[in-house]
Amino acid sequence: MQAEDPNISYADVNRDIVRSLVETGPKYYITLAIAFGLTLACFFFPWFYQLNYGIGASGVNHPSVWGTYLASFIFWIGLSHSGTLLSCVLHITNSPWRKAMYRSAEAMTLFSLMVAATMVMVHLGRPWFIHWAVPYPNQMELWPNFRSPLLFDVMAITTYLTGSSIFIYMGSIPDFAAVRDRTTGWRRHMYVLLSLGWRGTDTEWHRLGWAYTFLAVLIIPLAVSVHSIVSWDFALSLVPAMHQTIFAPYFVVGAIYSGTAGIVTVMFMLRKYMNFGKYITKLHFDNLGKLLLVLSLIWTYINILELFTGWYSGTSTEYEALTYKLFGYYAPLYWEMILFCAVAPLLLISTRFRTSFVPMLILSIAINIGMYTERFLIIGTSLSRQYLPDAWGLYVPSLVEITILVGSLAMFVTLFMVFIKIFPSVSIYEVKETLPEPEDGVAEWQPTQ
Amino acid sequence: MSLVSDFLTRWRAYRKPGYIYGDEFDGARRDYDEFDYAWTMTIDLDRCTGCEACVTACQAENNIPIVGATAFAKGRQMQWIRIERYWEGEYPNVKLGFIPMLCQHCDAAPCETVCPVSATYHNQDGLNAQVYNRCIGTRSCAVYCPYEVRYFNYNNHVWDAPLAEQLNPDVTVREKGVMEKCTFCIQRIRQAKDHAKDDGRRRVRDGEVQPACVQTCPAEALIFGDRKDPESRVSISMNDPRAYRVLEELNTDPSVIYLKKVDDNAG
Repeated sequence: MQAEDPNISYADVNRDIVRSLVETGPKYYITLAIAFGLTLACFFFPWFYQLNYGIGASGVNHPSVWGTYLASFIFWIGLSHSGTLLSCVLHITNSPWRKAMYRSAEAMTLFSLMVAATMVMVHLGRPWFIHWAVPYPNQMELWPNFRSPLLFDVMAITTYLTGSSIFIYMGSIPDFAAVRDRTTGWRRHMYVLLSLGWRGTDTEWHRLGWAYTFLAVLIIPLAVSVHSIVSWDFALSLVPAMHQTIFAPYFVVGAIYSGTAGIVTVMFMLRKYMNFGKYITKLHFDNLGKLLLVLSLIWTYINILELFTGWYSGTSTEYEALTYKLFGYYAPLYWEMILFCAVAPLLLISTRFRTSFVPMLILSIAINIGMYTERFLIIGTSLSRQYLPDAWGLYVPSLVEITILVGSLAMFVTLFMVFIKIFPSVSIYEVKETLPEPEDGVAEWQPTQ
Repeated sequence: MSLVSDFLTRWRAYRKPGYIYGDEFDGARRDYDEFDYAWTMTIDLDRCTGCEACVTACQAENNIPIVGATAFAKGRQMQWIRIERYWEGEYPNVKLGFIPMLCQHCDAAPCETVCPVSATYHNQDGLNAQVYNRCIGTRSCAVYCPYEVRYFNYNNHVWDAPLAEQLNPDVTVREKGVMEKCTFCIQRIRQAKDHAKDDGRRRVRDGEVQPACVQTCPAEALIFGDRKDPESRVSISMNDPRAYRVLEELNTDPSVIYLKKVDDNAG
C-alpha cells in the first residue's frame, strides 16, 4: 500500500505519532473525565450495590437465571475477536493495509477481554470466591470440575488474554524505542522500561519478525477456539434452541463480525479525533467493508440454518422455542437484529458506501447493536421457554443491569483513552515500511518540541 | 500405591461418580451404578390431590425462605418441591392434572457436569448433592437442568423474630448467591445411616427414612426408598406398569418415577 499522500516522509510519521502521545488537549481530558466518571457512577456503584444486595438487584428470575451480564460477556468476548485475530491473519497473509490499523485493533481485543472478564465477576453470585474456578493446589485437594464448559472458558480466556497481551506488547517494542528517543522526562523513563533496551540491530529485527509471526500463527487457532468454547457454555446444555451443533461456528462468525464492525468504529474515531487521516484512509474502510459484507452473509446463512434446524426437528420443544423467538414476546428485538445485521449490511455492496466515512460509522454501530441483541436473545428467549410449561417465565433487565451495561462501555472507552496516550496507536515502524525510503538513505532526525 | 496407579484410581473415581477405590474398601471392583444405596422416589399421580402439604413440609424441614409478595411476583419463589398444574380442555369441560416436581436426582445429571467448581456432584448414595459452601453462583446448573428445580438465593433472607427459632438445626441456612435444591432430606438419610451403624446393622431398613414430603403426604402418593433392595416398597411400586419418568428422552436417568394417572373417562 502507498499512503494516500505520497509526500509523507519517515520524519512525518515519527512526528505525527509522537505528537499524538505527548500533545494532549483539553478535549482529551474532558472526554477521559466523562468516561471515567461514567465508569465509576454506572459500573462500580451499581456493582457494589449488587454485591451488597445479591444478584437479585438484576432482573433474573426462576427460569431465566442468566441475563444481560452474560449477554454482555459474550458481546465483549466477541468484540475482542477481530482485533488480534484479524491482525494475525493479515500479518501472515502479508496484507499491507493492516499496518496502519492493527495496533488499535489489538488494543480493542485486550480491553474488550478485560471488560468481559469483569462481566463474569458481575455475573457471579459470589464473585469473591472466583478463584475456586482456577486450578491451584490447595490443602483440601479440591480441584475445579474439568468437565465443565465454564472451566474450559476460564482456561481459554486467560490463555487468549495472555497471548494477545504478549502479541500487542511485542509488536510495540520498536515503537516504544522510537518514542523513547524522542521524548524527555518521565515519559522517557517509562519508555526506557517498556522498550526493553531495543537498539534496532539486524539481529533484533530478525528475532522480532520471527517471534511475531510465530505468535500470529499461534493466536489464530486460539481465537477460534475461545469463542467456540464460549458457545459450548450454551450448546452443551439441554435448553431447546441452545443445544445445537451449529453454535460454535455461529459464535465465531458472530464474534469476528461484531469485532470487525467495532474496528470500523474505532478507526473512525482515531481518524477524526487523533488526526490520523493520512494513515487511516478510504482503502482501510473499503477493505473492512468488504470483510463485513462477507461476514454478514455467513452470519445470515447460519441464522437461516438455525431456523431450519428448529423447523425440521419436529419435537415440540424445539419448535416452540423457534416460534417464540420469531413471534413471541421478544420478537421485535429479533426483527431488529435481522434488520441491523442481515439487511442493512447489504448496503456494503456499493463501493461508494464503503468509502464514505460517516455511513460506515453508522452501519458499524448498528451492527454492534444488532449483535448485542443477538446475544441477549440467545439467553433471553431460550431460557424463558424451556421444557416444562409450568416453569415458563419472562425476563426483563433491571435498572442496575442497564446502568452496568452503559458503565462497561464507559470502562472500555476509559481504558482505550489511556492506551492511546501510552502506546503509539498507529504502528510507527510498520507504516514506514509502506513509505518510500528517504533519498539519502538516512532517516531525518528532528527533536520534538 | 505408586504415584501412577494412585493417579489412575483417583482419575477413575473422578470420572465415574459412585466409583469407590477398590483397595480402601472391601477390594471389590465397583462401577458406575454401584452406589451404597440408590434412593428413589415414586409419585403416584392417581393419588395426588394437589394439596401442597409436601410443599409446606419441605419449606419447614429445609429452612426454605418465604420470599414475600414482591419477589414472588418477579418469579423468585423457592419451592424445592412444587406442584405443577396443567389444565386440559376448554371451559366447562376442564380437567386439571397435578404433577409434583422436585429434583429428579438424575444419575446422568447435566447440572453436575457444568458446575465449574464441582459444587454439585453425585454422592455414594446415588444422590445429586449440592455443597452450598462451594457454590460460586454461576447459575449454570439451573440453566442445564431441564426440570427447572434448582432455586437461587437472589438475596439474603431474614426470618422475623420468632420464626428464626423454628429453623431446622440440621440444615444450613443458605446465603445470597448460592444455588439450592431438593436433597431428598439428606440430613434424615445421614441420621438413619448413623442409627443403622449404631445398631450394628449394615444397611438402613426400608421405611426407616422418609423425606419430609413423603412423611407428610396424606394420600400416600409419595413412596421413598432404596431401589437396590428388591423387597422395598419403592422397588415394588416402580415396577408398576403405569411407571414413567419425566423427560426420559433427554437421557438424564432420573431417580424419581411417576405413576401415570389412569383416567376412567378417557376415550
